[in-house]
This record gives sequence, C-alpha cells and structure tokens, in this order.
Amino acid sequence: MSVDTATVRHIAKLARIAVSDGEVEALVPELNNILGWIEQLQEVDVTGVEPMTAVIPNQLRMRADVVTDGDRRDAVLKNAPLAEHGFFAVPKVIE
Amino acid sequence: MSDLTDLGVAAIRDGVRDGAFSAHEVAEAFNANVAKAKGLNAFIIDTPEHALAAADQADRDRAEGKLKPLSGVPLGIKDLFATKGYQTTAGSSMLGGFEPVYESTVSRHLFGAGAGMLGKLNMDEFAMGSSNETSAYGNVISPWRRSDGGNAALTPGGSSGGSAAAVAARLAPGVTGTDTGGSIRQPAAFVGITGIKPTYGRCSRYGMVAFASSLDQAGPMARDVRDCAILLQAMAGYDPKDSTSLQLDVPAWEASLSSDIRGKRIGIPKEYRIEGVPEEIDRVWEQGIAWMRDAGAEIVEVSLPHTRYALPTYYIIAPAEASSNLARYDGVKYGRREMPDKGGLADMYQATRAAGFGAEVKRRIMIGTYVLSAGFYDAYFNQAQKVRALIARDFEQVWQHCDYLLTPTAPSAAFAIGEKMADPIAMYLNDVFAVPASLAGLPAMSVPAGLNDQGLPLGLQIIGRAFDEQGVLNAGLAFEERAGFTARPESWW
Repeated sequence: MSVDTATVRHIAKLARIAVSDGEVEALVPELNNILGWIEQLQEVDVTGVEPMTAVIPNQLRMRADVVTDGDRRDAVLKNAPLAEHGFFAVPKVIE
Repeated sequence: MSDLTDLGVAAIRDGVRDGAFSAHEVAEAFNANVAKAKGLNAFIIDTPEHALAAADQADRDRAEGKLKPLSGVPLGIKDLFATKGYQTTAGSSMLGGFEPVYESTVSRHLFGAGAGMLGKLNMDEFAMGSSNETSAYGNVISPWRRSDGGNAALTPGGSSGGSAAAVAARLAPGVTGTDTGGSIRQPAAFVGITGIKPTYGRCSRYGMVAFASSLDQAGPMARDVRDCAILLQAMAGYDPKDSTSLQLDVPAWEASLSSDIRGKRIGIPKEYRIEGVPEEIDRVWEQGIAWMRDAGAEIVEVSLPHTRYALPTYYIIAPAEASSNLARYDGVKYGRREMPDKGGLADMYQATRAAGFGAEVKRRIMIGTYVLSAGFYDAYFNQAQKVRALIARDFEQVWQHCDYLLTPTAPSAAFAIGEKMADPIAMYLNDVFAVPASLAGLPAMSVPAGLNDQGLPLGLQIIGRAFDEQGVLNAGLAFEERAGFTARPESWW
C-alpha cells in the first residue's frame, strides 16, 4: 500500500497538522518508504493468533466509587494558553 | 579526598551515612560539574537549588538519625517526568514553559527517598529518536570521542541522551531514563554505563509524558549494576494512579544482589546474528559469552523466530499509540498555542500542532493516524498486535530452555551527529536488538562490555523473564565483575 499527495493531505487533516504543499511533496516518499518497510508484516502467518491486548497479564482494577479529587480549578487552568472567567478559552465556535 | 563526582550512588549514600563527607558537599560538587558542562547540552534546565535543599535536609536527617534510602544522592531527571513547579517539556517546543502542578510518581518516590534533583535532562522530542537529535532544545553531545584523531561530535544515543551523557561525564551519579523501544539501553551502551528497563508495569507511568503507553517504562541509568538496583528499588512500586501498574511488592533488589550465576542457562538467540552488523559487535558478544561461561553459566543456543518482525511491528504500534496520546496537544489546556488571523478552532489546532511538533514527531503521528484509519486498521494495526503476540510467545517458549538471554544492545557503537538523520529507517535500526524485549514487556539491562578499535564503548544486553529483575541484575553483576569496565571519557567540555 502506498500514499499519494491526496492521502497525505487527508492524514494530515485527520491528525490536525497544517501542512504546506512543499511538506506534502516531501512527506509522500518519506511515508511510503516507512510504509513499504512495515509491509513485510503481511507475510507473517497469524492464523488463530489473538491480537495482544495486555503485555503483562494484569487485572484491571475497580476503585471505590467515591470522590477523591477536585476543587482545584486554578491548578487545572494554570498552564492554559488562554483562560477567562475560570474556563479554557478558545476561538468562537458557534455563530 | 578524591573528587566526590567520581563516586556512584552507593558510595555517596554510604559516605554521607558514615560522615566521610556531607550531602551538601556532594550536591555542590555535582552542581559545579553541571554548570561547567554546557558544551554537552545534557540538561534543559539546571535546578541546583533543588539538589542543595535535598542535601541540606539529608545532612539534618543524618544528625537526627533519620536517613532515607537515597539521602544525599543528587540525581538527574529526564525531562519526560512531570516535576511540580519545574519546567517539563519532553524535549518539545509544544511544552515550552510548561510547569506541572503535580509530581510524577517516579520522581515523587525518588525525592521521598531523600534524593535531590540536579536538573531536567535533555531528550529526543517526546522520546521519539535514537540519537537525541530530535530535541527542540538542541543536540546532546556525547562526552566520548573517537580515539583515532577524528574530532566528530558523537551522539549519546536516545531518547535518554541527556541522561546517558550526564552519567558518563560525571554530571550526576545516577539518572532516570525511560524506555519505549530501547531508549534506556541503547544510550547506556553508547556511553559505557548501565541502564535497566524493568518489567512493564513496575514503575508507574503517572506523570510520565506519554509516548506509547503499552511500551513506555521508566528505569534508572547509572555507572554500575548495584547503583541501578538501588535506584530501581526507589522508583518502582504499585500506584493506583496507573491502571497498568503491577500490584506487587518491590523486592529488595540491592540486598539480594549476587553474582553467583553457576548453573544458570544463558540463551544466545541465533536470530540476533544479523547481516550488516560490524564485526566488533560479534567480537564483544563472543567475549561476553566467554565471561558468562567463566561465571559458571551454561550457554545454550536458542531461537526467537519472529525477531526480524519486531522492529516493523514496533513502528506500527508505537506511532499508533503516539498519534492517540499526542492528540492532547491542541493549544487549549496547556502548552503552546498558535492562532492564525481570522482562524477558527480547527485552524488553531492545525497551526498549533504544525508549529509545536518537530519533523520526526509529525512523521510518527501521521504514520500512526494512517495505520489506525478506516480501511487500514486490520491490515496494519491488528496485524501488528497479532505479530506482537507471536513475539511474546517466542520469549515464553525460550524460557523453557534458558534463564536469561545475552545479546548485543545496539548494532553499532555511537555514530556521529547528523550521520543518520536523513534516513529514518537507518535510525530505527538502532533499536533492532532492544525492541523485542519492549514488545514483550520483559526486564532488560545494558551493561558496558568494552571499547571498540576507535575507543568507543560497546554494551551487551541481558533479557530476563517477566518480574525477574533480580535475575537480570545478578547476571549483570557477574558480567560486570568480569568485564572490569573502567574506561571513561577524557574531559574536553
């Protein structure tokens, strides 16, 4: 499988990374080189093999259904690029 | 008195305890080395005041008979660990100026054990790299140089490149590293120090900037096996804040250290003899095998048939997880924001991520996005998870024939800055021997074995069963006693 400029633009959009035309041109051979290399996995016979879900068998735990955290708005907002009135602030999204 | 910065973790701890010197003197000595070593660019920020405050507390604790396991030991902390009130960037401009409001579990454990922090160590951006050349804060330069007159600046390996350089150059007696696909072991091998990646889940990932969560694991890097055992013991432990944290007691790894490995079986996987690897790697491997035989171990040839598929498997799974994990950098909650004129929310996301991520990080996010996208998920991601299961099964089967595996850590000695940046796959191949143990979650350690003809360190890797860090450390100690590696770089920085 290989990608073309349209696919690279599509992936970049899915990944929310702005790319210039020049970057797209450069990324096509770069990504194809890597994708061509990982293609070799297709030759492995995986009949009857379950995909790995946990590398070390480990029971996921339930924790008690109690409030253990909260009430620290200022700490949560401390590193926000823009915070107003106790909220994260973003460009207007509703007209 | 000899230079305090020549001492390792155990010697500092014991010396402070015995009153041979004060913790304050130790911190001053390492702070001075850090300040002098700007040419290595090992640290992104220095925190001498943190090291001194912990040292002064250690000296008071000693007076009151309340010494802790790491009292008086100053450490370097990889910039992947969130440190409360101290900038944490993961080597990315995306997190420039980010000061966490909480402490990672690993650093909390270390500071709670009495250690201080000398600074935050440089690293490949979001731990994606094998040469520390992807950091937004500049390359780390290895303290080592080739002995054949070439003055080329060499890489310390990566992604824990600052960690490796700091220990090798005596800027810190020990440091934290993190290993997703070799990022502790390969740099340790490149600079002639020891580093261990424990079993996945031993060290909490809470407060570690996420790269690939099913692989990321913290571990120590230091000058010898004992120091690694001491640090790992302090770093490890169950943490309810990490759902993959192992609910196991931390063994007394240091107290149980023993280099008696008589009767242990050491496997030599034939698939790790790969074409194109320089002869010096084979030579040091043969030497290592001879040392282990001398230690009374039985050497057995074993097979891990899916080894050659480990690296391409890794380069599907790790980017897939990274593309998901790094979705959090959106210019809203923390970190950098770029706002194009008259742009909307989506424009802000795209501009922020275009400006904040470096080329290798973007490349991996895009590969990950692609292999997870509709229509390709089964062919790539699911296939990789199945092959990963086969790789883990290879190891399960090999433990019926041996107790540990001995392999090279990396397929070459340190290379020059710039030598491999143009070819991502050539760079990825650095981790060909390290990645299989990562995919299987196994403990693995790199120990220095000797120097090559150009005077550069080479390391060998010991891989053990899940949860058997003790066995890995013991085999490492037996190896270390025979290797007698004492070489260190001549100071030029």
